[in-house]
Amino acid sequence: MSHASPTVTAVRGPHEATGFFRTYLYATDHKMIARQYLLLGLIMAVVGGYLSYAMRWQLAWPDTEVPGFGFVGPETYNVLVTNHGTIMVFFVAMPILLGSFGNFLIPLMIGARDMAFPRLNALSFWLLALGSAVVLVSFLVPGGAASAGWTGYPPLSAKAEYTGVDWGLTLWLLAHAIEFAAFLLGGVNFLTTIVTMRAPGLGFGRLPLIIWQQATAAILFLLSVGPLIAGAIMLLMDRIVGTGFFLPERGGEPLLWQHLFWFFGHPEVYVVLLPALGAVLEIFPVFSRKPIFGYTLVVWATIVAGALSFIVWAHHMFVSGMDPRLAMPFSITTILISVPFALAVFAMIASLYRGSIAFELPMLWALAFLAMFTTGGLTGIFLGSAPSDIYLNGTYFVVAHFHYTLISAVIFGGYAGIYYWFPKMFGRMLGTRLGQLHFWSTLVSFNVVFFPLHWIGIAGMVRRIANPLQYDMIAPHQWINVVSTVALFGLVASQLVFFVNFFVSQLRGRPAPANPWEATTLEWTTPSPPPHGNWGEALPVVGRGPYEYSVPGATRDWLPQRTGAAAAEARP
Amino acid sequence: MSAATPTYAGTAGAAARGKVGIWWFLASEVMLFGGLISSFVISRLGGSAHVEHDHLNVTVAAINTFILLSSSYTMVEAYAAAERGDRRGMRVFLGLTVLGGLAFLGIKAYEYTGEITHGFTPWAGTFWSFYYTMTGLHALHVLIGVIANATLCLGARLGLERPYRVELAGLYWHFVDIVWIFLFPLVYLS
Ligand code: HEM
Repeated sequence: MSHASPTVTAVRGPHEATGFFRTYLYATDHKMIARQYLLLGLIMAVVGGYLSYAMRWQLAWPDTEVPGFGFVGPETYNVLVTNHGTIMVFFVAMPILLGSFGNFLIPLMIGARDMAFPRLNALSFWLLALGSAVVLVSFLVPGGAASAGWTGYPPLSAKAEYTGVDWGLTLWLLAHAIEFAAFLLGGVNFLTTIVTMRAPGLGFGRLPLIIWQQATAAILFLLSVGPLIAGAIMLLMDRIVGTGFFLPERGGEPLLWQHLFWFFGHPEVYVVLLPALGAVLEIFPVFSRKPIFGYTLVVWATIVAGALSFIVWAHHMFVSGMDPRLAMPFSITTILISVPFALAVFAMIASLYRGSIAFELPMLWALAFLAMFTTGGLTGIFLGSAPSDIYLNGTYFVVAHFHYTLISAVIFGGYAGIYYWFPKMFGRMLGTRLGQLHFWSTLVSFNVVFFPLHWIGIAGMVRRIANPLQYDMIAPHQWINVVSTVALFGLVASQLVFFVNFFVSQLRGRPAPANPWEATTLEWTTPSPPPHGNWGEALPVVGRGPYEYSVPGATRDWLPQRTGAAAAEARP
Repeated sequence: MSAATPTYAGTAGAAARGKVGIWWFLASEVMLFGGLISSFVISRLGGSAHVEHDHLNVTVAAINTFILLSSSYTMVEAYAAAERGDRRGMRVFLGLTVLGGLAFLGIKAYEYTGEITHGFTPWAGTFWSFYYTMTGLHALHVLIGVIANATLCLGARLGLERPYRVELAGLYWHFVDIVWIFLFPLVYLS
């Protein structure tokens, strides 16, 4: 809401940024905020990746000095696992996929000039930055950082004596609270913008799919995080005030935390997944020159999956000691939720079928997303059914499963989006030769890191152990750990290629035309990068749906959503 | 914006945006209190949070409930005045709402003091843990509402008022009231 105008205006005009402070520190322009989120997410990804490097080294060559890190004993290993998971999910995946993509794309794709509440938007970002800082600071306090797993199960997390970590875990909870507040406000902003600020002619049925997915993700987050905030308050009370919500010896219920955590945790994985899925759904039509197959189907699949995600949470708890009679209903809902996702995947495949596919970089990442995500989804079927889960739960099979799904979303979906929208975001093209190298080396090394982990999981290696060689049954399979870690070096090296490409292209890349991919959606009708206020004098007017490619009888193989002269001018 | 320029397809305008925003925010608040209250109910059903309302001051709490409900009424009046463009009325009723909120907090503090001095501290058992956490979180929300209303009231003195903000604050204030309407019987009466 604005200070400036006492009267209620529908649209604030383009505003010019002035000075370093307004441009970078107190930026309210959604495009700048999107870039800030992207940078923060990438920085935290380096931190999270560094922690995973220390873990993998320790797993391959237990109890040897990790170059560039130091000695990792069991206590430190727990710290690494916990903070790696936390950072990757909350401070990498969400900032990039929601914070950056959402902020950048929502106004541009719906034809608005900015988010509904620009200053609230800046607040969200800075809260997130504060939360990230709190996580990093928690490594420095006496006792070290949190070490109760990213799920923070009590009683382990409820008392300092159990882990030896006192302030670290309290700060970890605090960082979460701040992060939740940031994305809660962000979600309110997303939803309000989408509901109230669509360009004339842009009905809900004409929204690009990624906007639907961002909106669904925002709703899932808004509605699922409350119980976890309640849980976090209770856990903080246990730790600081001395209550006993989760402590059995005081009449508390440790399982209650698991319910509250997973009531949030399962929707949360869709919060991360949906924006990535959305990016891929935007990319497929552009590089196969075909409309998306089953627009309405995908919208409904998204909504149904979102709704179902609220009633599957206890599948994370099959072996937790909860009432075993609950296993059956939760198995059923879990198997059910694969139906909408299967539909979405089939819609994606059908969109590609007989298209004229161009293997540009965004398309390569999008296709890799599809392949990797399907792999992760298939192993999910084994874990979703209680009988096989009882054997596999808590092993590296699970670690491999969720890395296939999460990394599909964060790394493959994330890079798909970054490569696709980079020209719009930074006004320059991302270098393709380094891009090709980055893509292929990431794809190969990722699979070598994680695929073998399925085998070692089936062989019985459990998660969150610092030294696999302590167990005789794993020792014969230790080569798998070594292979996985060696491949990680390749994975890390290929990300360095990306960073070089990313920063060099921003400075020296070929200037990007307004619409380098000949795409139809609104964001490609403004200059790259878009000016403040996005649209110049007049808002764009929308005349058709988002995916009108290869329309019979049309002179070109794409018809922009935007009607009128502006669209014609902006052609490359 | 002149009439010729196209405007947004949705219901644009700061008032509409504010209203959509606050409803989404309240939806998440419902889930926050919903999570906490259901945890309490489940613990009670499971037998671990045995209710000890013998040690609670039901009369005082009933008076407090009345005060909070009345403050919802004054909030409605403040909004009505704002709609009419009656600045003075708006200020008076916002002021009364703030007073109601402060009275509620004062009485709640008095209750807490009584209970703690009798040894019913937050760590005295699961019921008391829930009691302090739930009513404490609610009190925090009341405090935030008091601050918001006081800001609007003072802002109106300086001539900065925007009527739709009174409506937004009102929505929030009624929500805080409704939470108490759930808490009061659950904690004190059942
Ligand atoms: C860059 C490549 C990555 C590598 C090499 C890697 C490696 C690992 C390893 C070794 C573990 C510990 C397994 C254990 O001891 O139980 C782990 C756990 C985990 N990782 Fe990753 N990871 C990577 C990327 C990611 C990403 C991108 C995400 C999410 C967005 C993620 C989320 C998690 C989570 C949630 C855990 C579980 C933490 C816990 O058990 O508390 N990881 N990862």
